[in-house]
Amino acid sequence: MYVAVKGGERAIDNAHAWLAEERRGDTDISELGLPQIREQLSLAVNRVMAEGSLYDPDLAALAIKQARGDLIEAIFLIRAYRTTLPRIGHSNAVDTGTMACDRRISATFKDVPGGQVLGPTFDYTHRLLDFKLAADGEVPGAQTATPDQNPDQNPVPRVTDFLNRDGLIQTEPPCDDTPPDMTREPMEYPAGRPLRLQALTRGDEGFVLGMAYSTQRGYGRNHPFVGEMRVGTVAVEMDIPELGFSVDIGEVTLTECETVNQFTGSKTQPPQFTRGYGLVFGHSERKAISMALVDRALRWKELGEDNLGAPAQDEEFVLSHADNIQATGFLEHIKLPHYVDFQSELELIRKLRAEAFDRTSTDGQKEAAK
Amino acid sequence: MSNYNFAYLDEQTKRMIRRAILKGIAIPGYQVPFASREMPMPYGWGTGGVQVTAACLTPQDTLKVIDQGADDTTNAVSIRKFFEKTAQVATTAHTNAATIIQTRHRIPEAPLTEAQILVYQVPIPEPLRFLEPRETETRKMHALEDYGLMHVKLYEDIARHGHIATAYAYPVKVEDRYMMDPSPIPKFDNPKLESAAIQLFGAGREQRIYAIPPYTKVVSLDFEDYPFEASKADHACDLCGADHTYLDEVIVDDAGGRMFVCSDTDFCAARQADGHRGRLSPTEDAA
Repeated sequence: MYVAVKGGERAIDNAHAWLAEERRGDTDISELGLPQIREQLSLAVNRVMAEGSLYDPDLAALAIKQARGDLIEAIFLIRAYRTTLPRIGHSNAVDTGTMACDRRISATFKDVPGGQVLGPTFDYTHRLLDFKLAADGEVPGAQTATPDQNPDQNPVPRVTDFLNRDGLIQTEPPCDDTPPDMTREPMEYPAGRPLRLQALTRGDEGFVLGMAYSTQRGYGRNHPFVGEMRVGTVAVEMDIPELGFSVDIGEVTLTECETVNQFTGSKTQPPQFTRGYGLVFGHSERKAISMALVDRALRWKELGEDNLGAPAQDEEFVLSHADNIQATGFLEHIKLPHYVDFQSELELIRKLRAEAFDRTSTDGQKEAAK
Repeated sequence: MSNYNFAYLDEQTKRMIRRAILKGIAIPGYQVPFASREMPMPYGWGTGGVQVTAACLTPQDTLKVIDQGADDTTNAVSIRKFFEKTAQVATTAHTNAATIIQTRHRIPEAPLTEAQILVYQVPIPEPLRFLEPRETETRKMHALEDYGLMHVKLYEDIARHGHIATAYAYPVKVEDRYMMDPSPIPKFDNPKLESAAIQLFGAGREQRIYAIPPYTKVVSLDFEDYPFEASKADHACDLCGADHTYLDEVIVDDAGGRMFVCSDTDFCAARQADGHRGRLSPTEDAA
């Protein structure tokens, strides 16, 4: 005898308890501490901060622990927390020209003022599993160098500024307008570049990477060179109206990438190099470069280029599918009960099939009668 | 949860949502963009409906939450619990006792009253979306009342299948102006869209709110020679005997045996309490 399913509440509570147990795993293994995650899984922490749009390594570490290492789930936890925070004000625009760089490279020049600083990079590691790490993780201290100049007195100059001196690269006109805030206003298209950059910097790393990769393979190719990529810390300053001057309220680690793109000119623009821009919280090189490529692809209209119909040139397509919290929510919601809609589809299919069979059987009789 | 404001959202956000709701009521069927917030449940789980409910709730309200017509489906339980925790409002399973009803995929069988608000969870608010994926285009089509594409689609359905092949989320025209997606309710529920209650539709991920004010004209799209038909399974409820309600089909044994029961669990329980019996009702009352 059918009994209507009851007790959803108890099932949910039990599921949550089981989930907590699974998260902890074998209790004979010591529990993971937040400082361990923050210090030893720092690139995961960086990704959660970037796509969660909240710069707080400790909270990101907590989210990763709570999410059992599922980074999109961790990003979701951070986003849901972030949206409840009061807006006290906004900082001044950070000046990445004054960045204290841990890493700073240019692919377009052999050497540049400020120097090439390799920094902590996977780039030239041989990807061989390090079994010594399985036994003990202790490492000898590394020799480090910072770029030649002291950032306080002599900021590391930008590679693109050298090109701009000769007018070889398109000038970015400065703009002091307050940019729109995609977390406070509904997205409308065309979105414009400030909103595009916001959406890209918090967009899913995999999605932005895929879009960027598609431009390299010919779907809206824009011939990018990494003019410069820098990773380091910048000061965050805020104007305090009561004081009448700005105050240093902290520092954040950022990855900035400026691409220099070949451009043969269009109806409206002379032949010169053009730019793509990527800026991401934390040390996130893959994301910053991807962002710069997609930014450049989306600028076709302002540069008078042709729309080739490439996915990465399509602002509405890129921006409305870049957010992994929206995407994963809508994708996974099909796990929820849909039996009412399914029932209505069942009725329809049965009706259409019955009529189709009727038709074929009458046709068959006609054939037989001939 | 005492750290959170009444009904979770801060007052500024609720005010922004209420403005969108009022605009929606002023322009029936028009999709109002709103700055949807990230909620502590995933997009797709009813974040639009939850935000609309949060903006409408007062401490005196009595809330009912249903999913697929039932109060005890897991997500209905979860959303009801969320508001019990964050707003401490009274909750009920009885349609007539509720002042606000949040629903997913159904309209309750019992007629609603002027004292009630029905809040729908909406996945894709744009009725033209699967004909034209671009928001920039569909907004133009609404502005120009250019709905030819949908009529062609319905016509092609008839030409190919002999019927309009849309069984749920069946498009309607509101007050002779805007084409509207009624959310994925079965088309059986479409006639109930003309109601005494305020009906509000919230799409969180898509950042849209729209509304049907009380007693507004809502017409399901059709053709003179192929009139709209609110269809359901051709059975009566096996528990309460009702032959005029939307039914769930339940597989009851390995041999493919089936039974049909009301999808609106409160309506069915009330009928059984009134002594109505169906084909598979227990013969003796245990009580």
